[in-house]
Amino acid sequence: MDAVRAEHLKKTFGPVHAVDDVNLSVTEGEIFGFLGPNGAGKTTTIRLLTGVLTPDTGNVKINGIDIHRHPLEAKMQMGVIPENSTVYGDLSAEQNLQLSGKMYGMPRALRDERVNEILLKMGLSEKRRLPVRTFSKGMRQRVSIACAIIHRPSVLFLDEPTSGLDVQSRRLVIETIHEMNELGSTIFLTTHNIEEANTLCQTVCIINKGKIVAQDSPERLKKMFDTTQSVEVSFDRPVSRDLFAADGILRAEPCGDKWRLYTDNPDQVLKYLVGRAERDSIGITSLTTSGPSLEEAFVQITECV
Amino acid sequence: MEVPLFLRGIVVITGKNMRLYYTKPPVLMFGLLFPLFMFFAFFVGRHLDLTTFFPAFLAMMLFFTASSVGPLITPWEKREKTYERLLSYPVTQDSIILGDVVAGAVFGIGISILVWIASTLFISVGITNWGLFVLAFILGTLSCAALGALLASPASDSPPNIMILSNLIRFPLIFISGIFIPLGQMEGWGLALAYCSPLTYLVDLFNAAMSGTSVFTPLTDCGVLFGVSVVFIIAARVIQKRNMMKGM
Repeated sequence: MDAVRAEHLKKTFGPVHAVDDVNLSVTEGEIFGFLGPNGAGKTTTIRLLTGVLTPDTGNVKINGIDIHRHPLEAKMQMGVIPENSTVYGDLSAEQNLQLSGKMYGMPRALRDERVNEILLKMGLSEKRRLPVRTFSKGMRQRVSIACAIIHRPSVLFLDEPTSGLDVQSRRLVIETIHEMNELGSTIFLTTHNIEEANTLCQTVCIINKGKIVAQDSPERLKKMFDTTQSVEVSFDRPVSRDLFAADGILRAEPCGDKWRLYTDNPDQVLKYLVGRAERDSIGITSLTTSGPSLEEAFVQITECV
Repeated sequence: MEVPLFLRGIVVITGKNMRLYYTKPPVLMFGLLFPLFMFFAFFVGRHLDLTTFFPAFLAMMLFFTASSVGPLITPWEKREKTYERLLSYPVTQDSIILGDVVAGAVFGIGISILVWIASTLFISVGITNWGLFVLAFILGTLSCAALGALLASPASDSPPNIMILSNLIRFPLIFISGIFIPLGQMEGWGLALAYCSPLTYLVDLFNAAMSGTSVFTPLTDCGVLFGVSVVFIIAARVIQKRNMMKGM
């Protein structure tokens, strides 16, 4: 059974078609990435899927439950981390979690047990009684995620969960996504971070101008839209762009202290680089190859629509 | 399964509102002090019979307390970015509105009962019909809290704007509702305006319960108070639905 199924969703705000005939299905247990440029309709879609907004037409089913006919039963199945939304700043982390548990009808004993367990896992045990308004952005986001998973939802919606977080908080969020998925939750994730979607998601769906323009596994999407691969190389001293004027190198771009070379034939480029470095007595400090990027595919898909 | 979930949502939202918005010292102080100062401003030094005016004072107290915080909850939640999260819980916009109404009503009843008890120590206030007195409390707080929810409906994320709107509507209601001028002494436009204010019927119902005298029948008072409560809640529902995205 599909954990999330949306059929012919439409939502307009005045003359703007924010979501235009969106159909999507998320298989139970998968991590589903929902990508799109700013203003593409990601947040409106997630609001329609989670029952925050009512569509003009179309329907949404969560684990087979129609969210517009049985909104409360459907919402019991899910946990939601809305974009830019936060928890109550005047309440402590513990009080926010208790409130969330009450919203999901969890009995007191179970609530207490889960609150302790989650606060410990999120590294918030010591600050459990402090008002959340005194927390950093990363800590507030951890409380926000904790509130959404306290009842172990079967479907977890995350709208830009790692946006603006420091590295530690970002890692913790990603670990939590993996853990929830291992516990059986289906994850619906919107993100701007293409690399994050590439490494986390089994399926990626791209929305642009309110319409779904592509849906497949990250690897297939990459192959479908871009066969170019790249080689990243750094040297022990600065080199000029002329060094990369060779057969097989389509384009060379400086990339921090490295150069990124785009090619259809990485084997040929590797051989050239090693030979040229030896001839010119330049030391290679790092050399890596990578396949077609999801970012390239994303740019091509969203630009050609 | 939806009905128990719906009712639970109302209870949890009521509890959340009481904890977050009604138990703050400034809210409690304002709820108590404002009607008290209004009372002093109009009655002290005028040699009026306080016992006669007590039902009107009680109605004013109930009106101010029950409708004080309700208009601000949704704008606060939108400004603090907690409203969308609230909507994503197993609640509906209806449970949020009803939770706001119940919280306002509980606060209004609590504070007004305290004032009534304290007042009985200084003024001789009798009750001729306890049933009507309790009904006046319940229907009065319900209608005033429902007005609070309706005033929250423009739902911008700016509490000061809502506060201005709220006071623009609540203050005139006090002056046209037979609190400072008994209904029997009003005539013409004043009387016509008084008929339009739900507070008039609350004052009248308290009069019926405490002194046994009233302009309308208690049934009319109860019917009007119940009716406006329903109208306010339905209007709040329609307008809030339309304005849901504003400030979110």
